[in-house]
Amino acid sequence: MSAVPVTTKKDWSSDQEVRWCPGCGDYSILTAMQLLMPELEVRREDTVFISGIGCAARFPYYMNSYGMHSIHGRSPAIATGLAMARPDLDVWVVGGDGDMLSIGGNHLIHALRRNINLTILLFNNQIYGLTKGQYSPTSEVGKVTKSTPMGSIDQPFNPISVALGAEATFVARTHDMDRGHMQEMFRRAHDHQGSAIVEVFQNCNVFNDGAFNAITKKDARDAMLINLTHGEPVRFGVDGERGVMIVDGTAKIVDVAEVGIDVLHVHDETAPDPSVAFSISRLADDRESPTPVGVFRSVQRREYGESVSSQIAAAQDTKGPGDLHGLLRSLPTWDVS
Amino acid sequence: MIAWWVPLSAARRVRFQKTVYLREGTHVTDIVDRTEGVREVERIIIRFAGDSGDGMQLTGDRFTSASALFGNDLATLPEFPAEIRAPAGTLAGVSAFQVHISDHDITTPGDAPNVLVAMNPAALKADLHTLESGGTVIVNSDAFEERNLAKAGYEHNPLEDNTLDGYTVITAPMTSLTKEACKDLGVKTRDAERSKNFFALGLVSWLYSRPEEPTMLWIQEKFKGRDLVIAANEAAYRAGNAFGETAELSASRMTVRPAQLPAGTYTNINGNTALSWGLIAASQQAGLPLFLGSYPITPASDILHELSKHKNFGVRTFQAEDEIAAIGSALGASYGGHIGITTTSGPGIALKGETLGLAVSLELPLVVIDIQRGGPSTGLPTKTEAADLMMAMYGRHGEAPMPIVAASSPSDCFDAAIEAVRIALEYRTPVMLLSDGYLANGTEPWKLPDIGSLPSIDIEFASELNGVDSEGREVYWPYVRNDNLARPWAIPGTEALMHRIGGIEKQDGTGNISYDPANHEFMVHLREERILKIADKLPPLEVMGDDDADILVVGWGSTWGAITSAVGRLRRGGTKVASVHLRHLYPFAPNLGELLQRYDHVVVPEMNLGQLTKLLRAEFLVDAKAISKVSGQPFTAAELVTKIQEVAQ
Ligand SMILES: Cc1ncc(C[n+]2csc(CCOP(=O)(O)OP(=O)(O)O)c2C)c(N)n1
Ligand code: SF4
Ligand SMILES: [Mg+2]
Repeated sequence: MSAVPVTTKKDWSSDQEVRWCPGCGDYSILTAMQLLMPELEVRREDTVFISGIGCAARFPYYMNSYGMHSIHGRSPAIATGLAMARPDLDVWVVGGDGDMLSIGGNHLIHALRRNINLTILLFNNQIYGLTKGQYSPTSEVGKVTKSTPMGSIDQPFNPISVALGAEATFVARTHDMDRGHMQEMFRRAHDHQGSAIVEVFQNCNVFNDGAFNAITKKDARDAMLINLTHGEPVRFGVDGERGVMIVDGTAKIVDVAEVGIDVLHVHDETAPDPSVAFSISRLADDRESPTPVGVFRSVQRREYGESVSSQIAAAQDTKGPGDLHGLLRSLPTWDVS
Repeated sequence: MIAWWVPLSAARRVRFQKTVYLREGTHVTDIVDRTEGVREVERIIIRFAGDSGDGMQLTGDRFTSASALFGNDLATLPEFPAEIRAPAGTLAGVSAFQVHISDHDITTPGDAPNVLVAMNPAALKADLHTLESGGTVIVNSDAFEERNLAKAGYEHNPLEDNTLDGYTVITAPMTSLTKEACKDLGVKTRDAERSKNFFALGLVSWLYSRPEEPTMLWIQEKFKGRDLVIAANEAAYRAGNAFGETAELSASRMTVRPAQLPAGTYTNINGNTALSWGLIAASQQAGLPLFLGSYPITPASDILHELSKHKNFGVRTFQAEDEIAAIGSALGASYGGHIGITTTSGPGIALKGETLGLAVSLELPLVVIDIQRGGPSTGLPTKTEAADLMMAMYGRHGEAPMPIVAASSPSDCFDAAIEAVRIALEYRTPVMLLSDGYLANGTEPWKLPDIGSLPSIDIEFASELNGVDSEGREVYWPYVRNDNLARPWAIPGTEALMHRIGGIEKQDGTGNISYDPANHEFMVHLREERILKIADKLPPLEVMGDDDADILVVGWGSTWGAITSAVGRLRRGGTKVASVHLRHLYPFAPNLGELLQRYDHVVVPEMNLGQLTKLLRAEFLVDAKAISKVSGQPFTAAELVTKIQEVAQ
């Protein structure tokens, strides 16, 4: 194979006019991705974006790679078939919180548990954008929308908890206000062997504007985003004055001055047991409290497509390549002359 | 799995000192002629019935295999209860296997059985009504004790009252004789009891002069390493044989001579296996790997099982989390250049509907296989019906035309599968392939095709730019069309042909999103036109039967066997009748309309309430009449003879 050609953002941008609402967080995610792709040293023709339906799901149209805009919720299933058939490809899956956690929730958890080589980006705006503003499975209790005039009564999903519950091997969170952080998360997810999921807090400025302001605005970040860094004590705050401790299996926010640095939890992405990562994911169940971002989990487990290919290879080793003539004679036969 | 072949020399009426070879050629034994002096009949229909735990499917299957190797033509109808372990001894737990063996070409498992083997009272109660009047009943008398009689709802023992008056009754204490036969073998009594189906098989094989060697070989191969089981089954079989000899049943003995079948190598095959092999053959013919996405459902699961065994052909099988993921994964694989297949039954097709719409819009190859069963809902999961035709035809949102191919016999599932794949690949479209529970599990001898004669499927992926944009640059347009009105198939990984496809309406040619009203109108018509165009290259339908007939019987799917047999009988009886069988239900073969106009009467036997009939009436304005049956059972030829005669009058 010849060397991967050098590309630029322009090479990765399709000729289609981008049609999100002006100011939508999806724009900054798209830019981050188009800028990142040349750095990943991959070929455009070997890259496929598959999406379902929703505002987020328009994403593939704007990337100059192969792409399929499929149907609501089913992109993980379609991508699974593609990745099984074509392990040589880089398959990305993009969708919203409704697409991936409501109608497609089942496909998402199964793709994650199988550990098939997909890089899944879940744009979480806590609302149904494309259908004009109903509450979503990540909307907070009490949310007033067109379909919940008296407030939503549904307990929301925490996408990170769901992914960890499904024993995903790579789980991360980022947000649309920080290009560098997004790119870092996307890069790591892409490089991971197996199913990788990145939740992206994404602002829908039309139907749920400012949902993440309290945590992602520049001046709020230090105090409100808990950056998870592998091998480092979990600390946040303008002067690192707060931290996270695991007490009886539960993550707790503590004042460092009070407890000392030594008892802070040292983040371990590679912990085989997802329980601690899960407890960290439970730290914030609103978007007003300090919220962890970064890589929650990154562990190695056999990739599904590899197992598929190796079973085929093993079958060919023991039985030889398929012989149709022999197959038709594999049940008792008799001759008539 | 053992495999053997029996070389039957020149004449078909051979003496059966024939050699049975294990395929490896390691084991040689003789098939001994046991038919000396035995009355010959043209055909026999035997129905084995018992509790689910009695092993009647296996008994029927063994009897069938021995008959196949003996050279008979045959057809089978296995019937399973819906519950895996219905309470023992109840009517709900009765499992039956009907086999029709013949010395001439036959196409159905027969009308009324001549012989009923009933292993318990429930089996007798459930199936006695199917037996021909004056037929033979063979019962395991040990099972006719109070508890079993009560469970079957008999107030009196039918072996002792007049229930069986008019039938020839052979009672054998099968359980106790089996135990007796096994007593010195060191087999536990309970285990010995389990071998009683081999007693039944031994007895029936003696009565109908079946060779014992195939069964003995099978027992040894199947239970290899379990010597006690082998010994018990063999002893039970021989005890059944001996019972026939000693109980002076010679008067009931008969045999069916081998049939005059065209020369070739044969195997006895069921529809699901033939269909699986057809998919593999199609993949070889097209030179593309097969991908099956499936979710288990009766009676389709066996295709998933079968294809999963053949990974050495490069087949990828995926047991998905549901039917939606199953078809989604298949479509994803097709997008990647594999032959995407998904298999299910009616309820699963309902779930796949939305993805079918996407596949129609994406114009990618995909084969969707519906092994129909009794519906709606869970309906009769283990019984047959063919009531999904309208769903196959119209069961989608929007105008979403899809070709429909139907299989007509167990072995025909092989050819139908190849045809469905061919259309899907050559026309870049999802295709619906219809089979049903009867074809799926029923068997018939199949003359193995010469692999060189299989249809070729020539497919090329797109590799070049094919358009010029407004700025004069060469580009790739995904919806440019060829003579078949099929779009190019550019698979990911192909340099320079990056493009996006999706379910939103697109402009023909460029494939760009288009909400333009005139474009949508154009595309809706084009999608229909391109499917109708498939008919241009279909062979014309061939009519069987009388040129000057007044009645045309139009069939589709598994009714082929019963129609063929019924029309044959009617013609031999002097009725002028013809028949035609439809492989393609959408689009129809090009000469169908003209054919229908030629006859005064058009009748359509269907295992539904007249779905094809409605399509024919709508499409061709003919007064077609349905002969419908929705009992979960296939048509018998006798039923059709009567119904068709009614039309003739
Ligand atoms: C089967 C089906 N049901 C419903 C819809 C309507 N629908 C389209 S997008 C959507 C929700 C989108 O929300 P989300 O996935 O969060 O994406 P967002 O628009 O917020 O990015 C719904 C309900 C559909 N397209 N298909
Ligand atoms: S509706 Fe919301 S999510 Fe959708 S494009 Fe507009 S701003 Fe973005
Ligand atoms: Mg959303």
